[in-house]
Amino acid sequence: MITTAALVVLLPFLAAVAGLLGSRWPRHVRGDHPGGAQTGPERAEAERADLAAGRRAAWIAVVPTAVSAVLAVWLAFTRWAESGHDPGGPFPFEAGGGTPGAVTGTLTVIDTGSVPISLGLLVDGLAATIGVLVTLVALAVQTYSVGYLHGDRRYPSYSAFISLFTSAMLLVVYAADLLVLYVGWEIMGLCSYLLIGHWWEDRANSRAAVKAFLVTRLGDVGFLFGIFVLGTAAGSFRIADVLAAVPGMSSGTVVAATMLLLAGVAGKSAQVPLHTWLPDAMAGPTPISALIHAATMVAAGIFIVARLHPAFLAAGPTLDVLAVLAALGMLGAALAALAQDDLKRVLAYSTISQLAYMAAALAAGSDSAAVFHLVTHGAFKALLFLCAGAVIHAVGSNLMSAMGGLRRELPVTFATMTIGFAALMGLPPASGFFSKDEVLVAVERAVAQGPLTDAAALLLYGSALATVAVTGAYATRAWLRTFFGQRAVVALPEPAPGVAHVIDTREAPATMRWPLIVLAVPALLLGFAGLSGVHWGTAALSVAVALLGAGAVYAVWRSDPLSDPARMLGPFRVPCERAFYADSAYRALFARPVLALARLVVRTDDRVVDGAVRGSGRAALGLSGLVRLTQNGNAQLYVTGLLAGVLLIAVGAVVFG
Amino acid sequence: MHVVYPAVVSALLFSIGVYGVLARRNTILVLMSVELMLNAVNLNLVAFDVWLRDRLHGGQVLTLFVIVIAAAEVGLGLAIILALYRNRRTVDLDRLRALAEPAPGDGAASPAPGRETAARAEETP
Repeated sequence: MITTAALVVLLPFLAAVAGLLGSRWPRHVRGDHPGGAQTGPERAEAERADLAAGRRAAWIAVVPTAVSAVLAVWLAFTRWAESGHDPGGPFPFEAGGGTPGAVTGTLTVIDTGSVPISLGLLVDGLAATIGVLVTLVALAVQTYSVGYLHGDRRYPSYSAFISLFTSAMLLVVYAADLLVLYVGWEIMGLCSYLLIGHWWEDRANSRAAVKAFLVTRLGDVGFLFGIFVLGTAAGSFRIADVLAAVPGMSSGTVVAATMLLLAGVAGKSAQVPLHTWLPDAMAGPTPISALIHAATMVAAGIFIVARLHPAFLAAGPTLDVLAVLAALGMLGAALAALAQDDLKRVLAYSTISQLAYMAAALAAGSDSAAVFHLVTHGAFKALLFLCAGAVIHAVGSNLMSAMGGLRRELPVTFATMTIGFAALMGLPPASGFFSKDEVLVAVERAVAQGPLTDAAALLLYGSALATVAVTGAYATRAWLRTFFGQRAVVALPEPAPGVAHVIDTREAPATMRWPLIVLAVPALLLGFAGLSGVHWGTAALSVAVALLGAGAVYAVWRSDPLSDPARMLGPFRVPCERAFYADSAYRALFARPVLALARLVVRTDDRVVDGAVRGSGRAALGLSGLVRLTQNGNAQLYVTGLLAGVLLIAVGAVVFG
Repeated sequence: MHVVYPAVVSALLFSIGVYGVLARRNTILVLMSVELMLNAVNLNLVAFDVWLRDRLHGGQVLTLFVIVIAAAEVGLGLAIILALYRNRRTVDLDRLRALAEPAPGDGAASPAPGRETAARAEETP
């Protein structure tokens, strides 16, 4: 079983290496460069070479991911069969890493002098479930990217980075050791940076990539130190040992460690203080947004908390902080999503909001609800992003004001995206209904009893219910604005010379259509895994609240289909659109002072440090000018000096000798 | 005869030589002053050889060596002075200032290249 898990992790890694090194080998033909002056035949030849490299890279990327997905499914199935069909929970997964059914394997133990690092993998219900989600979404995204980035010059490196990312995420999922997990965690961050900046020619894209990298890095510092605190307190970095040692630790240690881990979780999962990078990360290609910034990497933070949930349960203050952050994040991000005009930014804020739901379930003490929502959210949000990509591919713009009335031109996308929005709103047959119900029940229970303080639990519950309504509102708004109403005619920016200025509203190519259909199935049906656990009272309440929000938006839209339903926000519209000025505040509070400090340091280096060096040189030159005066070329003066010296020595020898 | 007399004479001779070397402008006279200093040393050598009754007469032998070397030195020095006179039309020591640091006015404009060429000239004799 461990060998299979290792294969699941290694196959995408090998694909990444092969894709990076091999897709242009052995011909070494580089594609045309935008600035290069090439004649017609050469350019055609280069384009052919690009297409050939792209085709080869597509095979290298898709096949190992598919094999990996099959192995992950097999792993989850055998795991499920061995664990006796998991009678208790609503979902085939058990809490924590120290479950009796977990299978671990260790390749080698690295002695570090203090706490050893064990290179090992761990397969339990949690890891197997998330592994299936990651490989399936990665497979769908790889297939989709073949069509989405057809003819892109950098497609080979792009697909190789996706493979590398998949491998890193799987390493996080299957890791049995916190430091091995951290390796995968950091590689994910790197891949996220590289892929957001895929179109780096545009300055805004590379800035967004740098921002994402820096903000998540800020959290990762805390994460690493959290690992250190846990590891040194437990005397081992193995997850099972750490969790076994948690009851024996002092509460201060546990709270400090989990707070530090929470920083990394907030950075990676885009939770409130560190959430600003995610909307900007939408500058990357849409499949990347679907894979990394919706389904997998941002869910890694939630996964870590679920993995170490016993440690978090032992630290009450951390759970309170997590609950408050989740409450702020879910409502704020949902309101921000209601006012955005960019379809992908709507989905990005919606991701922040849904991740906050998972964090809320974790804070309320129910990791199974959080992981259930993680899996269904991974499916339906990946589906939504891929549909958005298909829409953007057809329209040629991200803005919803440029869309409208697309349900006839894009019937497949319309159907699948409707399923996705239904799941996002939590409407009954779709998967989101069941998982959101689980989360709400968990939060509701936390009000009466549980690890949270009463105030935090009440805030969380109220915020969760309000967010259900706002989620219904923004999902309905995006759905109506994209697929219904009149086609909005807008003047697109003037294209580059030689590029046809055509809006091609045909359905996307087959490689893009099939992943949509395949992902729509779990987005619709996955929830029935939790059918036995539905609490109908809470479910009815949440559906009613969601329909209330949706109905309000529909009524506003109905009165004037051409204008944006976001006008119902009134004076709050601008703050919502700017996401409550979080970016501006961070710029004023952190970015500007840091830049000023950097300039000060540069000036100090230039004036003081370099000034000392240059000044000593100038002083030596000036002093040597004085000595140089005696070198006037008169040999007799030199001899006089010589004689004077000899006399001095002689006198000295006589007097002192 | 007491050894003081030749010692005083040689000291006087040496002082005259030093004065000539330091103060005369004519290069030939400077050379002659150097000879005076050498001869003062010779006088000392002979006098102390006799006074100390050296059986091997090392002082006198050394004097003969010094005389021979002084002759060679004078030949070489006069040849240099002749060459100098042919090139510069002067044997005035005050005017022979080729060893001086270039004055700031004319040399500071490009001091580095001057040093570079000097270094190159040393490397390729």
